[in-house]
Amino acid sequence: MNRLKRTDITLRFRHIWVRNLITYHRIWKVNFLVPLLEPGFYILAFGLGFSGLVGRVNYAGMQLEYTRFMAPALVATACMWNSFFETTYTSFVRMYYQKTFDGILATPVSVEEVIIAEIVWAASKAMAAVAVMLTVLIPLGYANFPGALLCIPLAFLGGLAFASIGMFFTGLIPTIDMFNLPIFLFITPMFLFSGTFFPVSGIPDWAGIFSLVFPLYHLVELTRFLCIGAMESRPLFNLAYLLLFIMVFGRLALGTMKRRLIK
Amino acid sequence: MSIIEAQHVIKRFDRFTAVDDISFTVERGEFFALLGPNGAGKTSTIRMIYGFSPLTSGRMKIFGLDIGADWRKIRSRLGVCQQENTLDPDLTVAQNLIIYSRYFEMDRSVARRRAEELLEFFALTGKRDAKVMELSGGLAKRLQLARALMAEPELLILDEPTTGLDPQSRHQVWDRLFELKKRGLSMVLTTHYMDEAENLCDRLVIMDHGRIIAEGRPHDLIIKHAAESVIEIDGPSEELRNYVKNHAVEHDDLGERLIIYAEPRGELESQVREKFCVESCRFRAGNLEDVFLRLTGRGLRE
Ligand SMILES: Nc1ncnc2c1ncn2[C@@H]1O[C@H](COP(=O)(O)OP(=O)(O)OP(=O)(O)O)[C@@H](O)[C@H]1O
Ligand SMILES: [Mg+2]
Repeated sequence: MNRLKRTDITLRFRHIWVRNLITYHRIWKVNFLVPLLEPGFYILAFGLGFSGLVGRVNYAGMQLEYTRFMAPALVATACMWNSFFETTYTSFVRMYYQKTFDGILATPVSVEEVIIAEIVWAASKAMAAVAVMLTVLIPLGYANFPGALLCIPLAFLGGLAFASIGMFFTGLIPTIDMFNLPIFLFITPMFLFSGTFFPVSGIPDWAGIFSLVFPLYHLVELTRFLCIGAMESRPLFNLAYLLLFIMVFGRLALGTMKRRLIK
Repeated sequence: MSIIEAQHVIKRFDRFTAVDDISFTVERGEFFALLGPNGAGKTSTIRMIYGFSPLTSGRMKIFGLDIGADWRKIRSRLGVCQQENTLDPDLTVAQNLIIYSRYFEMDRSVARRRAEELLEFFALTGKRDAKVMELSGGLAKRLQLARALMAEPELLILDEPTTGLDPQSRHQVWDRLFELKKRGLSMVLTTHYMDEAENLCDRLVIMDHGRIIAEGRPHDLIIKHAAESVIEIDGPSEELRNYVKNHAVEHDDLGERLIIYAEPRGELESQVREKFCVESCRFRAGNLEDVFLRLTGRGLRE
């Protein structure tokens, strides 16, 4: 049933990307406030309230200040939230309540192109959020210049991963409030156990294995590497995992969404 | 060559058959209507025409091309006005048209000109910068029609374009459709307003339970399934009932009301007028609504 024809996927998807950009444009000032202020809040909170408790963090053979350890993870989690929310709640509203996709599917655009446009758009949005965060983190010294700028294209890659799995859930979930389930079962544990707030090397091996499955772990490692030049993993391995994740969940997302949209 | 050629088309949802082996053709320049009660399968049929739903079996050719293989070419030559409101609520009126034209990869300057023309044509120019959410039902429907015409389609598909509109808006839409018809645009329409179909379309099919139960020109169908002249009698007497039965008169007995199908100014008509029309009799021309009700029954659909 889910035959994929090469002719069904063309660059025509970019027009939907533009459509999303135009609607986003109207609210971008509000949207950019979040990535602009969020790192400040976290660093302030953790720097003032938390570092007294934990002191320094042992990471990759270095003794890091806690906020310096955690700041790159903020970038990675912002990438995750932005792209995952876009292809879950936002896409669901477009698909189910606004019937935007039904309208588009009366034009020479394929279902596959609609789905890919949503995923690529979500990744672009995540990339923009990360770029804004860096304008705060680089001057404050939490991210190396210019190396940390590579976090921007990396955010696009990470964004594709989270957007794909988000879109996969959107194809399955019956009602919008059911997104609580994948968030509770997948996003929340991932958010906590991906080397975000403490190094994965510090927890027992059996638990660390779980972290390896989470795409966020790989994104956090890569982001930290680009921001502070240190990592406990191997960058090529992290990149390969993210690519594999995108391919698998991109395909699965096409499958569930097509089943849902084609009646 | 026919603009639409449907051969033994079947559409099933799981085990439920929504469209059950229908065949029809629509010629270039024709205004064609699909009528039928709620759930008859009109929207399901239309969705197969523009390649939104795959056929369960059968063949559907549009412009001589197969919808399964050449859907992209076909859709670039079609305009669709869907039954539900699928306008983009996040965009303004004008943006809705322009963005839509991008999906067809229309030339930008052509699209801008076309959008202005259509805003004018549908009397929406004053609302060009309004948000779609702020439009009334009638305005939204007109915008949906304008959007369907953006890419200068050869075939316009209209799924209930006047449902929920007030009489003014309906007449306005009819005027526009009539004008488009004069320009030679081919159109497929579904509607629950029989007068709309009777006045606008050249030919129609009536569907019920996924099947086509009648096909023809509106006038021919009226002659065949109802009559040119109709007499409605409220509270018919037993005498009348007997008269009608004994003379094998074409009629429907609805209990409180008797409907007689007659010839205009014929023998039967004058007989009934003389003998039985003491109180309330209505003489009127037969119409498509008579045909529709006779063929699909008067019972309510789920
Ligand atoms: N996606 C679907 N899944 C299951 N059943 C469906 C689906 N779409 C339509 N149906 C069923 O198919 C039948 C025909 O529906 P369709 O929408 O084609 O009717 P319609 O003639 O357009 O009716 P209306 O006049 O109410 O618009 C209905 O019984 C409907 O419940
Ligand atoms: Mg319908």
